[in-house]
Amino acid sequence: MNQWKNFSKGFFKENAIFSLLLGMCPTLGVTSSAENGLGMGLATTFVLVMANLVVSVVKDFIPDKVRIPAFILIIATFVTIVEMIMQAYVPALFESLGLFIPLIVVNCLVLGRAEAFASKNNVFSSIIDGAGMGLGFAMALTMLGSIREILGSGKIFGITLYPEDYGMLVFVLAPGAFIALGYLIALINRLKKA
Amino acid sequence: MGKRASTLPNMVLTLLVITAISGSSLGFVYQLTKEPIAAARLKKQQEAIKEVVPGFDNDPGSEMYELTSAENFVLKVFPAKKEGQLIGVAIESITNKGFSGEIKVMVGMKPDGTIINYKVLEHKETPGLGTKMADWFKTDKGNQSILEKHPGKNKLTVVKDGGEVDAITAATISSRAFLHAIEVAYTTYTKNADAATSATTQTKYEEGEEQ
Repeated sequence: MNQWKNFSKGFFKENAIFSLLLGMCPTLGVTSSAENGLGMGLATTFVLVMANLVVSVVKDFIPDKVRIPAFILIIATFVTIVEMIMQAYVPALFESLGLFIPLIVVNCLVLGRAEAFASKNNVFSSIIDGAGMGLGFAMALTMLGSIREILGSGKIFGITLYPEDYGMLVFVLAPGAFIALGYLIALINRLKKA
Repeated sequence: MGKRASTLPNMVLTLLVITAISGSSLGFVYQLTKEPIAAARLKKQQEAIKEVVPGFDNDPGSEMYELTSAENFVLKVFPAKKEGQLIGVAIESITNKGFSGEIKVMVGMKPDGTIINYKVLEHKETPGLGTKMADWFKTDKGNQSILEKHPGKNKLTVVKDGGEVDAITAATISSRAFLHAIEVAYTTYTKNADAATSATTQTKYEEGEEQ
């Protein structure tokens, strides 16, 4: 497969959030600001690339019947490593994302790519796939986070655009995540048809 | 494809190898990050103390002692001294009345109990609502601010409960919880204040005996 296509499919055609609707839990949970969305997206990208890499290397050694527990173990290991490294070197980011980092383990996107792609393709393609999917995920989270931050608290990446008092509070809360995500998916689907 | 067959020994062995590798690599990273994590925590604590009681020249961390509140919360008290004189205390206070879970606040008080400053350390309140407490009670607007107030002389509860502090809009529960944490800090500290001087010397004696 063309590697560029393999990489770019994660951004639009097979975007985890807009097309596959995978990994909704962190999507709705952390995107109350653009910065949180980006941080979560990048952490997931790291886990995705590493998990894809390892899974594609060991795929031939893992008996079919235990492949899911084996994949989960590999993913959980990388998530815990990310958690410890973040806690040690970027405590500020860890503070705002801390609760959600362990949730990367159950992000179906990571397991989904391990199962659907890395366990069938070679190492290089799997890394490219992980990077594309992860960055596409990060892009989607940042978009959603930006929309919610602008509408909800009048800021973008912490820079004030208008006084917070005029913000629509609902967008910072959970219902706002659903509303914003719904419109965003509708828009992307419309663009895809065109 | 040379996939390995799903026989029992194969499966057990595979999972065993994977868990062993995972376990040892986690142990390795844990060792590697243990010190930076502890350092980051300590730095955060020291910065919080500096923010809530500025101007000390001792090491409040090393003179820290613990007090137990009426609710059985263990509060950490960091005495801030300048040239040997007590200029204030930073109290790490907790409340369990938050909208979702515990709230930890570092409160800085003058020795008489007047609030100098505060810093919210940990909480799980709603983003955009309860989280505003980080600045709300410092902002000099209406009756929001609790700075320079005295929990013994001013009634530091929300207006709805007959107090004199404006609650955060749409986050009365978080506001109540926050003020509760301040109150816990104040009452626990003043209750022990009379005994505080003797208490500190007492702990020192005890420590001396242990040595």
